[in-house]
Amino acid sequence: MAKVVVVTSGKGGVGKTTSTAAIGAALAQRNERTVVVDFDVGLRNLDLVMGAERRVVYDLVNVIQGDAKLPQALIRDKRLETLFLLPASQTRDKDSLTPEGVERVINDLKKHFDWIICDSPAGIERGATLAMRHADMAIVVANPEVSSVRDSDRIIGLLDSKTLKAELGERMEKHLLLTRYDSMRADRGDMLKVDDVLEILSIPLLGIIPESTDVLRASNIGAPVTLADNRSAPAMAYFDAVRRLTGEPVPIAIPGDRRSLFGKIFGRRAA
Amino acid sequence: MLTDSRSIRIKGRSFLAVVLSPDLPLDQWLVRLDDLAARSAGFFLDRPVVLDVTDLTIDRKQLKELIEELGKRNVRIMGIEGARPSLLGPGMPAAMKGGRPASDFEVEATAQKPVVETVEVMPPTPVVAEVRMPTPSIIVREPIRSGQSLIFPEGDVTVIGSVSSGAEVIAGGSVHIYGALRGRALAGSVGNASARIFCRKLEAELLAIDGIYKTADDLAPDLRGKAVQLWLEGEAIMAEKLI
Repeated sequence: MAKVVVVTSGKGGVGKTTSTAAIGAALAQRNERTVVVDFDVGLRNLDLVMGAERRVVYDLVNVIQGDAKLPQALIRDKRLETLFLLPASQTRDKDSLTPEGVERVINDLKKHFDWIICDSPAGIERGATLAMRHADMAIVVANPEVSSVRDSDRIIGLLDSKTLKAELGERMEKHLLLTRYDSMRADRGDMLKVDDVLEILSIPLLGIIPESTDVLRASNIGAPVTLADNRSAPAMAYFDAVRRLTGEPVPIAIPGDRRSLFGKIFGRRAA
Repeated sequence: MLTDSRSIRIKGRSFLAVVLSPDLPLDQWLVRLDDLAARSAGFFLDRPVVLDVTDLTIDRKQLKELIEELGKRNVRIMGIEGARPSLLGPGMPAAMKGGRPASDFEVEATAQKPVVETVEVMPPTPVVAEVRMPTPSIIVREPIRSGQSLIFPEGDVTVIGSVSSGAEVIAGGSVHIYGALRGRALAGSVGNASARIFCRKLEAELLAIDGIYKTADDLAPDLRGKAVQLWLEGEAIMAEKLI
């Protein structure tokens, strides 16, 4: 049974696209047939992070409007056989997406894939609502700061009211992915604490991804961080998150907790 | 140019109105009404009267004539209940709906007909002491998320969960939050000065009771994050910690 997952946040720049690519690649490495779908029509980025920008011929809008068949638009990853990308159009805008067209494409994809990961655009308008419309579960990406958390809260409200699952009276499964978590800044109290974010959003935590230059380096070379360097801290955190997503119970560690303990001991001595 | 910075307070208020339900034929009903008026002089004087035409098959012309006939008897109709839109037009009393039954009016002398019953035309307020009704309330078992607004003018709202920053709860009665109140809470929104706001953890952006409001900046800092109740004393919102 195919699972449709939307990666969403409300706020821009929190790491939706990075997380979509990393989770997609991590799932594909577990031999799950996975497609990542870019819903950010007009501001597409997922192709860059996946390193497929020079292989885009047809896109989601072409398929929706009937100009291309789905297999023509799907791009197979060069490194992983089971990973595919359905890119967005850069020349159109979000009005090119129609509810019927999106439904048709998602239903087609369900026949061929185990996991369909939809990368939502920022905002709460048409693109974002269509990306979440057919999802079975949602990954809400948030940074540990107030504006991101409030926007995520708004998105959770929409997930509970504007999706097909909500309209059928079912419950949308929601998971929180806390990204760009900086343990140094958390120690100084410059960031919201994990517990504070969980208390405000009150949805289960899927994982905490540490802030790291590895993420930037990976996207610069056009590879999901879980493919570029699978021993790096963010990659390990994404692998753990994916194991939780598939139902494995994996305990969550707050990054830098151990170091902060040492930091406290040494910090006191230094002072 | 807006020179006066005072804001306009818009409030709801409920009044008790007399409801007349005429039956056919109308001329006979009017005779019975005259009979009642003769026995209880001035009964309709200065009383708001609502005409209930729900079960009456009449056309617009007949309704107009009826209102004129009542006007001759000094019965002024403030609104019409149960009328099809085609019955009403300009110059006619306003359409009314959402009335709630109240106890029957005591008409002096032994009047049996026509039956005069009363209806409250707006949600109830505790001011109407003679009306005994259970106060309606709703319970929400989920957090109220940013951007969501929960509006219940009929009575109390209880939320088992938090009210997020950017969310609002508007109640005709009191607001009870079993969680953190980070958004806005407006109690007594239809004019109820005895409404209160209760919460487990006060981090609200805005609090209002009966149109009087307080922003987060106006709150005493020691109340922040505490279990608090708020009520109205005159024109001021009072707050105290709950133990």
